[in-house]
Amino acid sequence: MASVELRGISLNFGSFEVLKALDLDIPEGEFLVLLGPSGCGKSTLLNCIAGLLDVSDGQIFINGRNVTWEEPKDRGIGMVFQSYALYPQMTVEGNLSFGLKNASVPRDEVARRIARAAEMLQIEPLLKRKPAALSGGQRQRVAIGRALVRDVDVFLFDEPLSNLDAKLRSELRVEIKRLHQRLRNTMIYVTHDQIEALTLADRIAVMKGGVIQQLDAPHAIYNRPVNRFVAGFLGSPGMNFLAGRHEPGTNPRFSADGLAIPLDRYQAGGNGKTAQAAEFGVRPEHVAIGEAAKSLPFSEEVTVEIVEPMGSDTLVWARLAGQNFTFRVESEKALSVGQKILVGFDPGRASLFDAEKGERI
Amino acid sequence: MADTGTAAVFAAEPAMRAGAEPRGPRPRKVISRRNILIYGTLFVVALYYLLPLYVMIVTSLKGMPEIRLGNIFSPPIEITFEPWVKAWSQACTGLNCDGLSRGFWNSVRITVPSVILSIAIASVNGYALANWKFKGADIFFTILIFGAFIPYQVMLYPIVILLREIGFYGTLTGLVMVHTVFGMPILTLLFRNYFSSLPEELFKAARVDGAGFWGIYFRIMLPMSLPIFVVAVIIQITGIWNDFLFGVVYTRPDVYPMTVQLNNIVNSVQGVKEYNVNMAATLITGLVPLVVYFISGKLFVRGIAAGAVKG
Repeated sequence: MASVELRGISLNFGSFEVLKALDLDIPEGEFLVLLGPSGCGKSTLLNCIAGLLDVSDGQIFINGRNVTWEEPKDRGIGMVFQSYALYPQMTVEGNLSFGLKNASVPRDEVARRIARAAEMLQIEPLLKRKPAALSGGQRQRVAIGRALVRDVDVFLFDEPLSNLDAKLRSELRVEIKRLHQRLRNTMIYVTHDQIEALTLADRIAVMKGGVIQQLDAPHAIYNRPVNRFVAGFLGSPGMNFLAGRHEPGTNPRFSADGLAIPLDRYQAGGNGKTAQAAEFGVRPEHVAIGEAAKSLPFSEEVTVEIVEPMGSDTLVWARLAGQNFTFRVESEKALSVGQKILVGFDPGRASLFDAEKGERI
Repeated sequence: MADTGTAAVFAAEPAMRAGAEPRGPRPRKVISRRNILIYGTLFVVALYYLLPLYVMIVTSLKGMPEIRLGNIFSPPIEITFEPWVKAWSQACTGLNCDGLSRGFWNSVRITVPSVILSIAIASVNGYALANWKFKGADIFFTILIFGAFIPYQVMLYPIVILLREIGFYGTLTGLVMVHTVFGMPILTLLFRNYFSSLPEELFKAARVDGAGFWGIYFRIMLPMSLPIFVVAVIIQITGIWNDFLFGVVYTRPDVYPMTVQLNNIVNSVQGVKEYNVNMAATLITGLVPLVVYFISGKLFVRGIAAGAVKG
């Protein structure tokens, strides 16, 4: 049974459409990440699921119950906010128990649930403190605890790690994943950070302009993006795009400025029957150099233009068919500017998009 | 290591003399031309504003024979508190000769309920307008704010008729109602802006936690809003205590507020003008707002600043 079901959710602010007839099924226990750039409607969608925003059209089901018109407290959700949103005048304990007291949960039950949440999140020593006396990471733990004590089926996270520094962010990320593995609750997590999305998600929904572009497992989203937007949004450093022509037939290939990339190994979809202007996308980490490149279906010699050492590996900028082309090499490989080097890749791992609509061919 | 490094840099600098390298806080001159100019101006201005107060205090402590000598700036030769006592309990206005005490208690009975009522209503208004956006909320707010810019004189007579029709004309209750209504626009603006400056996610979190309209107001919003309540209380106490126009228009002589009574004492045309009593009466009347300012000055400034962060 689906835990959360959205049927044709639309939301308009005046004449501006934030969400456009959106459908989404989230099975029980899934960790779903809504990923997208600012203003794509991902936080808005989460607020609609929480009941903090009224939808203009459509239905929301949680655990098979139509909650479209229900108050947030009656939907069986717990929510964690980016700014923590802890009640400043209450102690940590007061923050955790506020919702339970509103729901008239008996006292010993409140104490039991707080103890359990505090133990899980390791915030027992902080219970008597006020939020002002906590660090950012501790505050976000308390905020997660506040959702936890509600004993709900669905957790909603609204960019919970965006206010933390890089180190804390990676720590809490693991902790959220551990929490999910332990609780097995449905979790919906909004972020603009692709690393968070890729590491946490069972499935990722990439959004743009109020529409879900692709909904799939992280691996599929990363390796087989359905359109140019998804391909460009995920991956850091970003995917290389070469503009040219797709020429199908008995000897399919992609040609750009005198360069011909064989596409025998590329699985083209239904829209790849005719020749058309297209963009060829290949990820920098799928490019091999030197000896390793020789054995690949496609290889070409390029001149190194810029070298960017990044610690674990090095990003090299060059030109292929007169267009920018980057690739990753191991940091041990010493490359110098102006050096000629053979690069190659397997077109079977690449992506091809039509130039007009940006859809995968 | 860093120290020797810095020293080496300084040593390499030929223009730097040994022992004179700048280090630590920059020295400031206490007496400079700029400071003399600033403090001199401030001193003169302060003197200018304090002089009338000085004259009032000095005069109120003199007896009438001493005042007739005409040296208004000279300190009293013989200090007497007689004028203060007379102003409080014996000065005559119309038929009553029980001094300002009657007006004082009238003013208290007007100010306290008006302040409490207007702030209670305006804070809920502001909270609803900031957090529970209903259809037409912005238009409602605009109309309410517009009320702050309509001159009172336009509404004086219609309100007289209104109060007469509902039977509150000439009573303290009627005046309290008028003060409550007229305080509404500016107070609502004040509270709305303050509540909008509080993080919206806090409100959302409370809703997810199952708190309702009043639950969020009393348990979340109120405890965070002490500064703005202090500001509102000060604005209302001084405004209502100092009000003369509404007091004189909407009440009868036996329930006149202090300001109206003060005017009647000072402007009485019969008998000898007792300057010392007049000065004492004026000081007594002005004392209440003054005390409120001094007690809560710090909170007042903090509240104003807090409300000003986001409009």
